[in-house]
Amino acid sequence: MNNTVIDVHNISRVYNPDTIPVYAVNNVHLHLQRGEFTALVGPSGSGKTTLLNMIGGLDKPDAGTIIINGMNITELSPRELVDFRLHNIGFVFQSYNLIPVLTAKENVEFIMLLQGKSKQERDQRVQQLFKEIGMEDKLNVRPAQLSSGQQQRVAVARALASKPQFILADEPTANLDSKSAANLLDIMALLNADENITFLFSTHDQRVINRARRVITLVDGKIASDTAAVDISQPHKFETV
Amino acid sequence: MKWLAKLAWKNIWRNRNRTIITMASVFFAVILSVLANSLQTGTFDNLVKNVVSFYTGYLQVHKAGYWNEQILDNSFEVSASTKQKILSQQNIRAVAARLESFALASSADVTKGCLVAGIDAEEENNVTGLKQKLIAGSYLQAADAGVLLAQGLADRLQLKVNDTIVLIAKGYHGATAAGKYAVKGILKFGSPDLNDKALLMALVTAQDFYGAPGMVTSYVLSLNETKSLQATATTVQQALGSNYEIMTWEQLMPDIKQHIKADADSMRYVLGVLYMLICFGVFSTLLMMMVERKYEMGMLVAIGMHKRLMMLLLLIESLLTVLAGCVLGILTSVPIVYIMQKYPIRLSGESAKAYERFGFEAIFPTSTDASIFISQGLIVLVIGSVLSLYPVYKVFRLHPVTAMKR
Repeated sequence: MNNTVIDVHNISRVYNPDTIPVYAVNNVHLHLQRGEFTALVGPSGSGKTTLLNMIGGLDKPDAGTIIINGMNITELSPRELVDFRLHNIGFVFQSYNLIPVLTAKENVEFIMLLQGKSKQERDQRVQQLFKEIGMEDKLNVRPAQLSSGQQQRVAVARALASKPQFILADEPTANLDSKSAANLLDIMALLNADENITFLFSTHDQRVINRARRVITLVDGKIASDTAAVDISQPHKFETV
Repeated sequence: MKWLAKLAWKNIWRNRNRTIITMASVFFAVILSVLANSLQTGTFDNLVKNVVSFYTGYLQVHKAGYWNEQILDNSFEVSASTKQKILSQQNIRAVAARLESFALASSADVTKGCLVAGIDAEEENNVTGLKQKLIAGSYLQAADAGVLLAQGLADRLQLKVNDTIVLIAKGYHGATAAGKYAVKGILKFGSPDLNDKALLMALVTAQDFYGAPGMVTSYVLSLNETKSLQATATTVQQALGSNYEIMTWEQLMPDIKQHIKADADSMRYVLGVLYMLICFGVFSTLLMMMVERKYEMGMLVAIGMHKRLMMLLLLIESLLTVLAGCVLGILTSVPIVYIMQKYPIRLSGESAKAYERFGFEAIFPTSTDASIFISQGLIVLVIGSVLSLYPVYKVFRLHPVTAMKR
């Protein structure tokens, strides 16, 4: 059985192609296996978010193909992409982005409502996820009444609710204090280890980099380094090609 | 889809102030437009009632072709069965027969052209309330030999009650008509034109004067329900056949109709400005809402919410807000309009006197016609619904990556 979840073939994304072309992502080639816990690092403007957006089907590459779980998503229509994202990808954003008028439970349930899951399925999944993120007592609390760390944990639960192929997390710890960040990373690491969920983070945060089992460094839209193991005792240094 | 409606409801109240501002702009717009419209319609109805009750009646029955050539030769024989046919139609309240023509009226030294109307005194009073216009002398009896003069004509001829007036005219089929009559009373008409030239006498006296026994030129009809004017005209026409022409007051007095139309047109501009204000009120709040929620919308599309669902969500939110404003506006305007009909705006001082000189009561009542509430409510609802398409359009154009850029 093919274990590759994300298969990126020589993708490029160019802004202003007709005037002064800027390569946000330049001929990137990348494979991620199921169960990887990978950090995508690099300085600001290196193309991390653009690459993540393209892998997540939110943006289209100008060249190359992206195959997710055997499906070439670069050939999908915008409508098909929405469905694809709904069933295959979990997103965690830097600023949590929970729907403020819904409770924590309803936020997690929301994505399952979009999937058309039954109430029984939704309830079971919500209970399981809140247990995993350690927030069983906060089911009916609105986001505004939760701490930043708790909100981000709910966002992780929401990302997992649809049982996706992998989770894309864009700077998930950027707005969290050390304790909350460590707690969130513990949860994600546990989910990765126990449920074999694939995580791909874009991050500047050394705490995330330290916990990652694979670190891909982007510089000027190109992969500068890709390592399956890093020395977690040492801060990660950006390298140039 | 219940969850979508639930989410829409929660979203409506996520920014309470914004929702209240939107609802308030729709609410006040509905009240103002209903009030403006019902005041205008009520005032026009009052104007028509006044004008019609002067003399014309809501409908008139003539021999076919009379209105184009208003001569005695185009009169027709008065008939109890024809009258009965008219009265048996729905919505006819009363019928008055008239024989109308012209004559030269003379007093001692003065001669003046006048409109002579032979009337059935009681029937005429039922239709136009003629007795109330009497300011001197006494009212006509059934076969009275005296005449009633309009005040302006009496002044011009320098005649008073019990004086004698001499009339000369061309009678039926070219006969010469001449006679002298005692002035039995003086009438004051609201219409200056009528006040300067009307002379009324008993129908049989007029028939005798013009040598047209048993003939009339018109039946003047009053109605129970004035809104169904055209429908009533049609049923009367069907009942009487093509030998008769049935004319509405709008055809008989096209200048009044034109005046109402011109006034209604100018009111349309006023309402147009009002509608524009609603547009700005509602649109600005929608604009604010879209700016506030742009990031969230981008995120929702990113995680897998179809744009069509989001469009539906925003449409439900906007429509519910506008609908609530509309319903509240209509519910509030109903008692206001009813109160203003019972206690109409009443002019006082010189303005009131000016109105009263023309025979109008100086009041501006509102109309409680249900169609006003429904039409104005619907117009505002349609405006709101059209504006609700803006968020839909923005979602249609939304790109999640661009939307999620801070």
